[in-house]
Amino acid sequence: MDALGINKNTANLAVWLLLLTMPFWLPAIGGYIELGERVVVLGLAAMSLNFLLGYTGVLSFGHAAYFGLGAYGAGMTIRYLVPSTGLGIVVGTLAGTIAAALIGPLIVRLRGVYFAMVTIAFGQVFYFIAFRWNSVTGGDDGLTGWTRMPLNLGFTTIDILHNSRAFYYLILVIFAISVGVMAWLLRSPFGRTLIAIRENERRARFLGVPVDQHIWMSWVISCCFVSVAGALHALLNNFVDPRALYWTQSGDFVIMAVLGGMRSFWGPLIGAAIFVVLQDYLSSQTENWMSFVGLFFVLVVLFFPRGILGAIRRRVAS
Amino acid sequence: MTQLILFNVFNGLIVGAFYALMALGLSLILNLSGVINFAHGGFLALGGYIAFTLMPFIGFWGALIVAPIATAMLGIVVERVLIRRLYGRDPLYSLLLTFGLAFMFEDGTRFIWGAQSLPFQVPSVLVTPLSSDYFFLTGYRLFMVFIVAVAVIGLFLILTYTKLGIRIRAGTLDLETVSVLGVNVRMLRSMNFGLGVYLAGLAGVLAVGQLGLQPTIGSSLIMPSFVAIIVGGLGSLPGTLLGGLLIGVASGVTTVFFPSATEAVIYVMMAAVLLVRPRGLLGEEGRF
Repeated sequence: MDALGINKNTANLAVWLLLLTMPFWLPAIGGYIELGERVVVLGLAAMSLNFLLGYTGVLSFGHAAYFGLGAYGAGMTIRYLVPSTGLGIVVGTLAGTIAAALIGPLIVRLRGVYFAMVTIAFGQVFYFIAFRWNSVTGGDDGLTGWTRMPLNLGFTTIDILHNSRAFYYLILVIFAISVGVMAWLLRSPFGRTLIAIRENERRARFLGVPVDQHIWMSWVISCCFVSVAGALHALLNNFVDPRALYWTQSGDFVIMAVLGGMRSFWGPLIGAAIFVVLQDYLSSQTENWMSFVGLFFVLVVLFFPRGILGAIRRRVAS
Repeated sequence: MTQLILFNVFNGLIVGAFYALMALGLSLILNLSGVINFAHGGFLALGGYIAFTLMPFIGFWGALIVAPIATAMLGIVVERVLIRRLYGRDPLYSLLLTFGLAFMFEDGTRFIWGAQSLPFQVPSVLVTPLSSDYFFLTGYRLFMVFIVAVAVIGLFLILTYTKLGIRIRAGTLDLETVSVLGVNVRMLRSMNFGLGVYLAGLAGVLAVGQLGLQPTIGSSLIMPSFVAIIVGGLGSLPGTLLGGLLIGVASGVTTVFFPSATEAVIYVMMAAVLLVRPRGLLGEEGRF
């Protein structure tokens, strides 16, 4: 039993049931399936960020870079190399993970606001490369002229381009694997060590934990799954543009994690759902949706700093 | 060729002076209050737009004086109403709050003044080229450098000789002790925030004279300012100044040889500095 008064297994079961049945109930309440796909993909990005932000206590504000690298990796593989969706996802993930692994040593010793500033500034390099390298990335117009390819499983081929339900379940399978790995890691001694670092870094250091190494690993794992989400995002839109790499995108991921609740495993997914639906609604209603999104940031910080799950937990506890 | 290089070095120096002016404001706020002010670019744009609006009434020179002050007042209001609540909390929250504010500012200026680029007339005295060989030496460019220099010298004089400045520097080192000694820390933080935003507003007025008015002018200038702070060293204002000028000149020189890397080069510089000297060129050991 956790503080919500609900058994953890019941909560997990409820989340998975909702996700599994989404294509059936979402259209009935006025949504459309692409919205659900976006929630799952951005939810994965926010949950991956939270691996670092919520469970290791390291403030990264530059995750859009690895999200975007995943997206460009997937898109460019399908456009230029091999028309294979599976390979696109693999290449995208590798691109983001390798970049993160290389940048990691430069930043693992930094903490707090300094870490945030450096991660966000590094993200901009990739933005400018995507923006400037017109001939390959399509520059400001984005990478077009490709679509996600039918999934060849050997014994059968699934058309994920036109069958949106099939594509949703492909996303969900990848989401489940990623989230499962993260949950397993967090329950392992390694994950417990990360939480120890979050709670008291100095003490962890005195106990002989190689803190920088752990933060590097947490950073790479987090960026790896965020690039998986990026690759899926590219497939979802059949399009990538430099804005996927821009620093404002990183802010969106952070607000999703904070809004849902950084200290809970599913929190960022809930935050992503609220954010995606809200943005979808606002951008259809008003040209000035940016102001409202900005206002939303301010309100979340002032009134929901612990996130929705955190607020509910407090209420139940008191 | 020499002329081209000189032109771009000079250009870089001007751009660097802007980055430095903006980064100094950011640095002031960051050092004393631990807040990364993402809305700084928004304040910069606002400074420019306020100057644009006031110009028909008080002229360029009046706007140059009044607009930054008006921006600073607005900054103080924002600090008192919103940012003050977040001191002492995880820096994550002030980061997200100012991030949201940056969105609101950019969209707000677009809403009020429109998305199109507006022309900003500077006095004709300042636009004539001073020499036919060095065509790029227009009066306005020299004037910008002059104003930035005056502002920077003024800032360092304030920090060295006035009571406010001494308290800001002391607070940067140990805010608790300053508070115990009877200084009103809330007030100090407000004034400091206002001072930082004043510099952003001033940079805004100068920038729109060169680049024209666009709602996005702020968000395109804020990232280089971050890099300037990191390269120069967190916690050091002379470092920030040096960092701004360095990255400006570096991107200017890169324009000559490899134009498409103009923006990326400053991030490469940042990576190099972090690799060799993680605290930045003039940063103190162990502060961050």
